Amino acid sequence: MTALLRLEKVCVGYQSADGEPVLLVNEADLTLDPGETLGVVGESGCGKSTLLLSIMGHYKPGLKRLSGSVLFEGQDPDQASVEALQRLRGGGMALIPQNAGQALTPTLKISAQMVEALQLHSEVPAAHWKNKSIELFERVQLPSPEKLLDRYPHELSGGQQQRVAIAMALAGSPRLLLLDEPTTGLDVTTQAQVLQLLSEISETTQTAMVFVSHDIGVIAKTCQKIAVMYAGEIIEAGTQETVMDQPGHPYTQALLASVPRLGQASLPDGIRGRLPESLGAPKDSCAFEARCGFSEAVCRTQKPDVIDVKGHLIKCSRQSSIAPFQLPNSSPRAVLEGFEPERKVVLAVRDLALTYQSTGPIKRWLYGAPEPVVADVSLELRQGQTLGLVGESGSGKSSILRTLAGLQPGLRGMATFLNQHDLLIPVGRRSPEVLRKIQLVFQNPDASLNPRRTIRDIIERPLRLYFNYSAPERSAEAYDLMDSVQLPRDYLDRFPGQLSGGERQRVAIARALAAKPDLLLCDEITSALDVSVQASMMQLLTELKSKRQLTVLFVSHDLPVVGALADHVAILRNGRICEAGATQEIFEQPAHPYTRELLAAVLSHR
Amino acid sequence: MLRLIAFRCLFAFATLWVVSLVVFLAVELLPGDACEAFLGQMAQGQRLENCRVEHRLNESAHVRYLAWAEGLAQGDLGNSIKRSKPLENVIGPRFRNTLILGLTAAALGIPLAIFLGVLAALWRDKRADLLISSAAIFFMTIPEFITGTLLISFFSVYLGWLPGIVIMRVDAPISEVFTQIGLPVLTLMLVMVAHIMRMVRTSMIDVLASDFVMMSELKGLSRTRQVLRHALPNALLPAINLIALNIAWLMGGVLVVEVVFNYPGIGRLSVNAIADRDFPLVQALALLMASIYVGLNLMADIATLLLNPKLRTRQGAPL
Amino acid sequence: MIRHPLLMALLRSPSGRIGLGLVLFHCGLALIAPLIVPYDFNAQSEVLDAMGPSLQHWAGLDTLGRDVLTRTFLGGRQALLVTVFGTIMAITWGSFLGMVAGLKGGRLDELIMRTVDTFLAIPFMIFLLLIIASFGNEPLVMILTLGFFYGIGVVRLARAATLDEVVKDYVQSARARGESTLSIVLKEILPNVRDVLLVESAMRWSWMLLAFSALSFLGFGVTPPTPDWGLMIANARIYMPLAPWPVLAPMIALSSLIIGINLVADALAKALGLDRTQARTL
Repeated sequence: MTALLRLEKVCVGYQSADGEPVLLVNEADLTLDPGETLGVVGESGCGKSTLLLSIMGHYKPGLKRLSGSVLFEGQDPDQASVEALQRLRGGGMALIPQNAGQALTPTLKISAQMVEALQLHSEVPAAHWKNKSIELFERVQLPSPEKLLDRYPHELSGGQQQRVAIAMALAGSPRLLLLDEPTTGLDVTTQAQVLQLLSEISETTQTAMVFVSHDIGVIAKTCQKIAVMYAGEIIEAGTQETVMDQPGHPYTQALLASVPRLGQASLPDGIRGRLPESLGAPKDSCAFEARCGFSEAVCRTQKPDVIDVKGHLIKCSRQSSIAPFQLPNSSPRAVLEGFEPERKVVLAVRDLALTYQSTGPIKRWLYGAPEPVVADVSLELRQGQTLGLVGESGSGKSSILRTLAGLQPGLRGMATFLNQHDLLIPVGRRSPEVLRKIQLVFQNPDASLNPRRTIRDIIERPLRLYFNYSAPERSAEAYDLMDSVQLPRDYLDRFPGQLSGGERQRVAIARALAAKPDLLLCDEITSALDVSVQASMMQLLTELKSKRQLTVLFVSHDLPVVGALADHVAILRNGRICEAGATQEIFEQPAHPYTRELLAAVLSHR
Repeated sequence: MLRLIAFRCLFAFATLWVVSLVVFLAVELLPGDACEAFLGQMAQGQRLENCRVEHRLNESAHVRYLAWAEGLAQGDLGNSIKRSKPLENVIGPRFRNTLILGLTAAALGIPLAIFLGVLAALWRDKRADLLISSAAIFFMTIPEFITGTLLISFFSVYLGWLPGIVIMRVDAPISEVFTQIGLPVLTLMLVMVAHIMRMVRTSMIDVLASDFVMMSELKGLSRTRQVLRHALPNALLPAINLIALNIAWLMGGVLVVEVVFNYPGIGRLSVNAIADRDFPLVQALALLMASIYVGLNLMADIATLLLNPKLRTRQGAPL
Repeated sequence: MIRHPLLMALLRSPSGRIGLGLVLFHCGLALIAPLIVPYDFNAQSEVLDAMGPSLQHWAGLDTLGRDVLTRTFLGGRQALLVTVFGTIMAITWGSFLGMVAGLKGGRLDELIMRTVDTFLAIPFMIFLLLIIASFGNEPLVMILTLGFFYGIGVVRLARAATLDEVVKDYVQSARARGESTLSIVLKEILPNVRDVLLVESAMRWSWMLLAFSALSFLGFGVTPPTPDWGLMIANARIYMPLAPWPVLAPMIALSSLIIGINLVADALAKALGLDRTQARTL
C-alpha cells in the first residue's frame, strides 16, 4: 500500500543576505499511511508549524521549500497547478488552525463559511447545504446547530469556534487532516472533549491526521505515531508506545522528564541552556549537543547518525550509550507539610465580589448592569504557605489577583493584609509599606519588562523606589538577585529583547523579590513558557520559597503545576470557590464534581 | 444596539452645541465687537451706534447667545453685517454650490481610491504599487493651490480643454454648474484619492496578513474570492471612519480650491467674510461646517455599527 | 543611543536620503539666505516688469521688477520658523495630554477625549483665519495658534499609542509598585511610544507647512513686501501664462521641502516598522 503522505528530506527556509541558507525545517522525513495519526511534538521555535504548512504547499512570506519532496497521494503540492492546489486544500487535505477565533472571517456568518467549504469540496447540491452543515455540526457535538449557523464567529465561545473549524474541515471529506495545536487556549475540560472527538473521527472515518502540538500529553493521547522535533530537525520518530516508554534521544527524555505530573513526588527537571541564537544555519554537529547531558566530542564534529531500531528512528550518535528513561526523582517538592496555626496570617479574604467593567451610569444604561464575575470568595494565607488558585479561563482568578494588587476595584467584601491593611483600596491610595510588601509577577514575559530599559534598570527600580540604598549597595543587591534567580551577572547590561522568555521571567521574579515582599502574587507565571522552561522555573520557585520563606499566592489553570508548587489549593469556577484545602487531600480525594472533572481531564492524557 | 445609535446621535448634538458655544465665545473674545471690527476705521459715532442697535450688540453676551441659538433652532441665522440681508440668502446658494463640488469629488473619488488602494495592496512593492503610491505621496504633499494653479495653466490655458477660473452667477442652474466644475473637482479629487487610497492600502495589507485570510486560502478559495469576500469587507470597515474624517478635512481644502478657481461656494465666502470682518456670517459658516463634520462622522459611526458584526452583539452571547 | 540606528536606517533607503537631503538643504538655506542673496528682496529694478531668467537674475524678475531668486531663497524663512516651533509645541502638549489620558483612563480620559472630539469638529481653517485677522500675523501668534490646533490631533494619536502600551504588563507592574503618573508617563510609556511620535512629528510638520502656505496664499500669512512662497504664488499666478517664473520658483521650493519631509516621514515609518493608517485631519 503506497503511503498517503511522504516527506523526504524536506528543507524549508530562506536565503540570507550572504547567500547562506537559513533552515527552519531541516531534512524532515515523514511517512503516513491512510488512517494513521502522527503527532509532531516540540517546543516553540522547533519548526513544527512550518513543517505542517509545507505539507499544504503554504509558506509564510519569505520562506520556501529549498529542497526535498512532499508527496500527497503521489503529487507534490509545490508542483501542482493553481486549480489543482485549490482542489487539494480543503478537499484532499484540510487544515484545522490553531486559533479558530482568528481563523474565521469576522464579517461572514458561520453558515456562509460552511457553505463555502461545501460548495468547493463536496458533492452536496445547493439545496442540501444547510442540512449538511447541521449534520456536520451534530457530528462535532455542537449544541443548537441551527442557531449557530446564523451567528458570527465572535459570538461563539472558543470551544465552539474550534468545533466549527473541525466541521468546516470535514465538509470536504478529506483523506488527511492537518491540525495545528488545535486545543491551545481551550479549557482543560473542553480540550479533553475535542481530543476525544478527534480520536473518534480518525477511527470511524479512517482519516489520516498530522497533529502538531507542544504538549506531549495531548499527542500521546491521540496519535499512533510520534515524531519529536528540535531546532528544525526530527530527532526521534516511532510508535506512540515506543517513544513514550522507551525514548531514545536525550532531548525526548529530557522533554518527558520536564512534564509535571500529578501525584509525582519530585519536581520535573528542566533542560539547561537555551535554544541557540543562530537557529537555522546548518552545521556539522548535533543541534542539541550544547544542552545534552550525554554529549561528547563526536556530537560536536559531525552530524548525528540516524539509528533505526525496528522502525524507531533516533537521530543521535551516542544512541548506544544512553540510559533508558526514568521519571525524575532528584528534586523533591518543597511543600509545607502540616500546618502550624501559630504562623501569622498574611492575607485574609472574606466574601469578595468583583466585576470586570467599571460601572458608570452611562455604561449601565447602554449595556445593562454588570454581573459580579467573582462572588463569595474567601481565602486565607499564612506565612510561608503557597496557595494555589486554580481555575479555567474566565473563572476570575486573575481578577482576584489584580484586585489584591490594587489594580482593579473590588465590588464588596473584605481583604486584609497582615491583619492591618485593607486591600480593597486602589494602588494610588495605598501606603508605601503595603506597596512594597505585596509584589506581582505577570504571565507574559514579552510584555512584563519594559523593552527600552536595561535589566539593571528594571531590577534596581524597586530598590530605588522602596529603599534608601546608596549606589554601590544597590549594585550589590542587584548582583545578589541575579544570582538567586540563576542568571549570569553580565545580563544586567542587556535589554529584555536579548533574553529568552524563561530568562525574562526570571528577571520579573528578581524584580519582585528586590522589594523583599511579604506576599508574592503570581499570575500564571509559567503558562506562557515552554514545558522544559516551565520545569526550570518550578525548580527555581521552590528553591526561592524555601530560602526566603516566601508566602505565595499562585494562580494557574494547570493542575499538575499547582500540585507541585502549592501546599494549599482553592478551585475556582465561574467566580466561585467550589473547593479548598490541602493540595494532597484535594487532589487525592476530590469532593466537588467540578474538581473531579478537572482532575479526570488532566489524568486522561498524562 | 438602537441604544448605541441613540447615544451617538445625542453625543453629536451635544458636540454641536458645545461648538456653537465655542464659536460664539471665540468671536466674543476677539478685540472689539462685531460692528467695530466690520466698520474698521469708520467705527465711530452714529454709524457705530446704528450698527450696534441693528445687531443688538448692546445686550449682554448670554442674552445674545440665547437669541442666536434660538434663532438657529428655527432656521434663522441672523443677518449679515455687510450685506444687511438674512444670512440664509447669502449662504444658501453658495452652500448648494459647494455641496455639488464636494459630492461630485467624493462620488468619483472614493470608488477610485478604493480600487487603487486594493490594487496597490495586492501588488505590494511591485511596479503597480510603487507607481500608485508615489503618485499618492506626490498629490498628498503638494498644496491644493499649487495643484489647482498648475491644472489651470495646463488644461485651460495650454490645452484649452476645460474652463479655468470659474465665471458663474451664484445661483446659476445646476446644469451650468456642472460645466464649470471640471478642474476644481479634479483638484479636490487628486488630494482626496491620494489620502484615501493610502488608508485603504494599509488596511488591506494588514487584513491580507491576517489568520482568516490565510485560512481562506488554505480552504482552497481562489484569490479573487479571498480578496473580495474575506479581505475587502474587513479592510474597509476601519477605513469608513477614516474616510469620513478625510472628507470632513476636504472642507479645509475646499476653501483654498474655491479661492483658486473663484468658485462661488461657502469656502470663498468664508475667506471674504473674514476679510470683511462680517462676524455673524463667520459664526454661521463656522457652525455650518462643524455640522457637516459632525454629521459625516455620525453617519460613519452608524455605518460602522451596522456593518461590523462585532459591534452589534456582545461576545459570547449565549445561544 | 537609539538615534544612530535610526539615522542609519533613514540613510539606507534611497527615498530617505533624498528626503533628508531636501530638508537639510532648505533648513540650511533658510538660515544663511540673508547672507547669500544677491539683491535686496524689495529692490525694484528699473525694468519694473516681469522678465525671464537672465545672467543677472537667474530666476528672472517678478511683475514688480524684484529678483525672483532672492525672494525665493528668503521665502521659506517665516514658514520654517513658524512651522518648526509650531510642531514642537503641538507635539509636546499633544503627546503629554494624550499619554496622561491613555494612562489614567476613566473619567479624565473621557473628559479629554470628548473635548478633543469637539475641538476636531471646529473648522480650523476658519478659526485660523479669524484669529490671524484679529490678532495679527506675527510669528508668535501663528506659532501659538497652529501649535494649539495641530496638537489636538496629536492627543488622539498619543492616547492610542499609550493605550497599546498600557495593557502590557510592565506598565501594570509599575502601577502596582505605586509609581506616580508622571514617572510612568516619562519612564515607561514615553520611551516606547517615542517612535510613533517621531513619525507623527514629521507628518505634522508637513501638514502645518501646507496650512501655513495656504494661509499666506489667502493673504493671511506674512505682510507684504516680506517674501513668502504662498503669497508669491498667489500674487503671480494670474500672470502665469505670460510670466511663469515668479510662480514656478516658489512652487518648486515649497513642493520640494514638503516632499522632502514626507519622504523622511515615510522612511522613518518603514524603518521603525510603523505602517499605520494615518488620516490627515488637522
